[in-house]
Amino acid sequence: MISAPDVVAFTKEDEYEEEPYNEPALPEEYSVPLFPFASQGANPWSKLSGAKFSRDFILISEFSEQVGPQPLLTIPNDTKVFGTFDLNYFSLRIMSVDYQASFVGHPPGSAYPKLNFVEDSKVVLGDSKEGAFAYVHHLTLYDLEARGFVRPFCMAYISADQHKIMQQFQELSAEFSKASECLKTGNRKSFAGELEKKLKDLDYTRTVLHTETEIQKKANDKGFYSSQAIEKANELASVEKSIIEHQDLLKQIRSYPHRKLKGSDLSSGEMEHTQDQPDQAATTSNPDECADTDLYTCRPAYTPKLIKAKSAKCFDKKLKTLEELCDTEYFTQTLAQLRHIEHTFRGDLCYLLTSQIDKALLKQQHITNFLFEDFVEVDERVVEKQASTPPPSSQDRPPSRSLGECPIPQVLISVGSYKSSVESVLIKMEQELGEEEYREVEGTGLSSFDPQENLDYLDMDMKGSVSSGESIEVLGTEKPTCVLATSDSQASLTVSLSPQVVRSKAVSHRTVSEDSIEVLSTCPSEALIPEDFKASYPSAINEEESYADDSEGAIHFQVGVSLPELGEAEEGSLENATSQTDSCCIGKESDSLQGPLSTPVPTLSDKNGVVSTPPQRYRQTDQGFHVDFTVENASPSSRDNSSEGCPAYELDPSHLLASRDVSKTSLDNYSDTTSYVSSVASSSWDRTPSCAHPAGPSSERHKKRAGQNALKFIRQYPFAHPAIYSLLSGRTLVVLGEDEAIVRKLVTALSIFIPNYSRYAKPVKHWVSSPLHIMDFQKWKLIGLQRLASPASAGTLHALSRYSRYASVLDLDNKTLRCPLYRGTLVPRLADHRTQIKRGSTYYLHVQSMLAQLCSKAFLYTFCHHLHLPAHDKDTQELLASRQASFLKLNLGLVNEDVKVVQYLAELLKLHYMQESPGTSHPMLRFDYVPSFLYKI
Amino acid sequence: MLRWLIGGGREPQGLAEKSPLQTIGEEQTQNPYTELLVLKAHHDIVRFLVQLDDYRFASAGDDGTVVVWNAQTGEKLLELNGHSQKITAITTFPSLEGCEGKNQLILTASADRTVIVWNCDTGRQVQKVSCFQSTVKCLTVLQRLDVWLSGGNDLCVWNRKLDLLCKTSHLSDTGISALIEIPKNCVVAAVGKELIIFRLVAPTEDSLEWDIVEVKRLLEHQDNILSLAKINDWSFVTGSHVGELIVWDVMDWTVQACERNFWDPSPQLDAQQEIKLCQKPNDISIHHFTWDEENVFAAVGRGLYVYNLQTKRVIACQKTAHDSSVLHIAKLPHRQLISCSEDGSVRIWELREKQQLAAEPVPTVFFNMWGFGRVNKQASQPVKKQQENATSCLLELIGDLIGHSSSVEMFLYFEDHGLVTCSADHLIILWKNGERESGLRSLKLFQKLEENGDLYLAV
Repeated sequence: MISAPDVVAFTKEDEYEEEPYNEPALPEEYSVPLFPFASQGANPWSKLSGAKFSRDFILISEFSEQVGPQPLLTIPNDTKVFGTFDLNYFSLRIMSVDYQASFVGHPPGSAYPKLNFVEDSKVVLGDSKEGAFAYVHHLTLYDLEARGFVRPFCMAYISADQHKIMQQFQELSAEFSKASECLKTGNRKSFAGELEKKLKDLDYTRTVLHTETEIQKKANDKGFYSSQAIEKANELASVEKSIIEHQDLLKQIRSYPHRKLKGSDLSSGEMEHTQDQPDQAATTSNPDECADTDLYTCRPAYTPKLIKAKSAKCFDKKLKTLEELCDTEYFTQTLAQLRHIEHTFRGDLCYLLTSQIDKALLKQQHITNFLFEDFVEVDERVVEKQASTPPPSSQDRPPSRSLGECPIPQVLISVGSYKSSVESVLIKMEQELGEEEYREVEGTGLSSFDPQENLDYLDMDMKGSVSSGESIEVLGTEKPTCVLATSDSQASLTVSLSPQVVRSKAVSHRTVSEDSIEVLSTCPSEALIPEDFKASYPSAINEEESYADDSEGAIHFQVGVSLPELGEAEEGSLENATSQTDSCCIGKESDSLQGPLSTPVPTLSDKNGVVSTPPQRYRQTDQGFHVDFTVENASPSSRDNSSEGCPAYELDPSHLLASRDVSKTSLDNYSDTTSYVSSVASSSWDRTPSCAHPAGPSSERHKKRAGQNALKFIRQYPFAHPAIYSLLSGRTLVVLGEDEAIVRKLVTALSIFIPNYSRYAKPVKHWVSSPLHIMDFQKWKLIGLQRLASPASAGTLHALSRYSRYASVLDLDNKTLRCPLYRGTLVPRLADHRTQIKRGSTYYLHVQSMLAQLCSKAFLYTFCHHLHLPAHDKDTQELLASRQASFLKLNLGLVNEDVKVVQYLAELLKLHYMQESPGTSHPMLRFDYVPSFLYKI
Repeated sequence: MLRWLIGGGREPQGLAEKSPLQTIGEEQTQNPYTELLVLKAHHDIVRFLVQLDDYRFASAGDDGTVVVWNAQTGEKLLELNGHSQKITAITTFPSLEGCEGKNQLILTASADRTVIVWNCDTGRQVQKVSCFQSTVKCLTVLQRLDVWLSGGNDLCVWNRKLDLLCKTSHLSDTGISALIEIPKNCVVAAVGKELIIFRLVAPTEDSLEWDIVEVKRLLEHQDNILSLAKINDWSFVTGSHVGELIVWDVMDWTVQACERNFWDPSPQLDAQQEIKLCQKPNDISIHHFTWDEENVFAAVGRGLYVYNLQTKRVIACQKTAHDSSVLHIAKLPHRQLISCSEDGSVRIWELREKQQLAAEPVPTVFFNMWGFGRVNKQASQPVKKQQENATSCLLELIGDLIGHSSSVEMFLYFEDHGLVTCSADHLIILWKNGERESGLRSLKLFQKLEENGDLYLAV
């Protein structure tokens, strides 16, 4: 027992925790100033390089054919987020790097407008003036009224942290691809609908015209046609041509998903999902199915109207908004996905990387991780898919550097230039052939002059599809190239190589950017750099290598160096020029990195003691090059010298997040529903893969609060150890109190010690006011119980005393605990009331690591064959029991009651392992006939 | 004892009845049941449990449904719906000789005046009889004759195909409360205060008809007969509402032994009359019997009595074994006895030879230490009355099972799977030996590992 002075001390300390202790004010000259930005409510890490926005956001912009690049929306849709950041300006930037946008038109030699199924392109760019770096994802949507039927859009993830964009490139790419795929699917659906309407209109127009011509024919039988009649006939002909064109377009758009799906891996999750919903299935499934065509045709009756054969062009109409371009359901889904992306990637990079490592490690403990982790299987399926996809084999493609195959010619041909529709059938055949050829050529053409094509593991989406028009640009993932633009000679070089020049070669009528843009890497444009220019770069390479030497083999992005120099870089440096060096260095770079970088790995795994394999990112199937990333991520310390000046372990992620988290959900409300939410979310996971993740930063917040309150509990109550022992050993703890808020708070705090039955729900009941029942003890391991002052509570208390053998009771009002004795050593380490840990999140992590250790003990105990099965026939039960006892005591170092904790966890492991359908039933209630003791403060 | 008697005279009746209840602390080293599983399927009182085979049992109750369970896993196997009112009797009808376990049938009688025959492998309703004049209160299978009897206001004899073979005339309005088979094709029916012996006449060459004839009426009991059991090949036992226990000879239906003073194990005490006055008859009514070779165990009111057949006297008793009436008792191996009661608890007893001085049970010190622990005020005074010289043994409480929140109606003991209890709180609880279950789970775990090919044996 702890004496009274101790208790006083604890409560004092506790109060100290809550609000800063007010010392008598020091004279000004002696006081240490607080962090200078603290008053602004900002943390020192959020503002890098004076970016004009406070946190990362997603920008969607369009290259409008009427007004040029324009921002459409941001996520989060809050002006505070991007602040004074010039969205228009930045839209211009990001839209101007879309080398890819190949406009649909009439390919040479074909009589019909063709829809070009353009793959998305992914570009990373930085804008030093704005202090912004962006992952830019370009995509095209179809619009019947738009020029060439396409509308170029882009989604950009904008961050002030260049490293984040670079290091999370694959994740961003994968997530944005999902969003893009969703948007495009919805767009195809609505495009097809529009085409149908248009066809109906045309059909109606034709009938009307036809009758008119007939009437006219009958009206004058002079043997020659009036000019009016000829005009009508011409109009009729053009209508017919238009019908055929549109039918062809409809056929193309319908056949798209089929073609596309054959090669698509990544988006199939999306597809599976959409097929669940019958009304959406139409767009994604095979168009040959009759149900599908039904869905296309059986729309609500549409009254056709008389239209002109040639639609009005360009400026005399209002273009559709993004929302109108896409099926509503898909649009909302896309937005949800984008919000999810924003949610996932917000916060500091260190934190993102740590949590990724954390997740990867947890995945490896797939047998035990259900016990204490409230970890939802996020990308399990994606990972599995990636594992199953073969590595890309684009190196096999024959190199050809002919720029002639660039899609420029398409643009030059306008849609309405056909003269007759008579030869349609014949030409159509040829044209289809030609199309295939063309596409192939285009594919090889584009990929072949992309020296980094072998890196296209980044996007599994494209693999196997005929038209792999995609190309991935990773700027300087290998080398810190952006620093190089400082030398005068290069500045002069880059001026001549301004994107204007490059761009104009690729797509002739792009709005060209001004000089402050840094297209960090766009491979095609790099490929467009003439050979002789490349030859003049050796100096750049040398200089770069001198930097690389400093980095001791670790991959550095050199923020520290580059950031101050960004100002200089502003003066008209086009840094995409330097990205050319990537192609030169990549081979040797990856070779040289693999050796030295593998060293941090063992230390990490040693520390853990559980994991035998080195930590990797959760995409473990990537190529060797990627492994370098992994290693680099796993050793954050190696990056310490790269400028931030704050070691990773001092970063408090939740602190970083706290200022950004605008949600005002109270802890209690939130926590009350956590178990429910997580169970629902995870069970419905398959159905709505793109909906909000429950395990986002908000749960981070929750963890932090829980940790803080648990810490408080440990300091405040000298009998915290037996209480925690109860929780760990599966004996239900009832928290009894009058005040709901206090009880809920404590229950939430203590729930971090509760082993779960399965992955889906925590056995925690935050608040009950009715008498407890035996079922409650079987179901819940932590219960908040209301103590009523009225006689009505007699029943509650009676039930509690009746079932006293199944539960430990913590009485908050009287500050007593009734529970069995605990004499182990485990809990004192887990919950040391004299701990130096101050922060809730730190304590939470401490608990998690201790529990992970415990889990591994339970795992060993459970899966040691000789402990549970007789090795020889003569082995008796007694022998087994003594063997188990000695294993627990000697091998696992458990004393007294600690044994019971491991035994309980072992039972849970057994049950979980054997369960065919997890989460269906509650496990049995296990209990011991042990005397309880009453603890008082 | 004397003090209690005097006190009983003076105190109000309610207090006088509160004789000390033996309690056991939270430390129950001999109690093997450290794991429980709550089974929920019924929507009303669960009154009956019947064992089907080594691992299955059926439960039935006031909601009219019968549920078949796996006793090992607690899995619900079948739910049999057919009765519209509460079930009043249930019995198994073992299949014909040879093919055991196959096509086992369950007979259920209900207050809706029907009897349904179920196939408990398929859950199918095999047949339904609804021509009863009254509710059938008991069912008995005479396996030797391959017939079954239903007892309500009259007694009917049926064959396996549910043809009515014969029936008695109307016996009484209260109906037959219990029915057992005795040798010579006879059955004993308890009707009110009377025991009626019927003889079943099987078809012979002379007559092809079945017949049932009343042979004798036994009128020894003063009050309604509540329990009737055949304890061995030569005797059966009956118990009445006023605590009369009579052992009968199976062959000539004569009284072998009679014990009427169950409120008090010392028969030589004179104060009988006075005591009977201050004791409610309910407290001495005999609800249930169980037996072994030597003893008959009787649930008398709230107490448990052990009656030795050789010495014809009570050798051990626990006058207040429970807080209220004991409803069901069963004898387990190792001289253990389990009782369940209206107070919602199940207790495990052990019959021990009496030592010089039985050790006082350990008081539960901490039970009352906090606010709400007052409910069991008696608990902290572990007064265990030393029985009189007449009792040579004692029933020692070795454990109790607390789980049900209402009266425990019945329980069933499985050698391999533990204990099943059913209760008025609509629940069934499966009590298991935690250690053994843990071992079994490990066994299964390694089996599964082996199946999955994940088991690597260390060299």
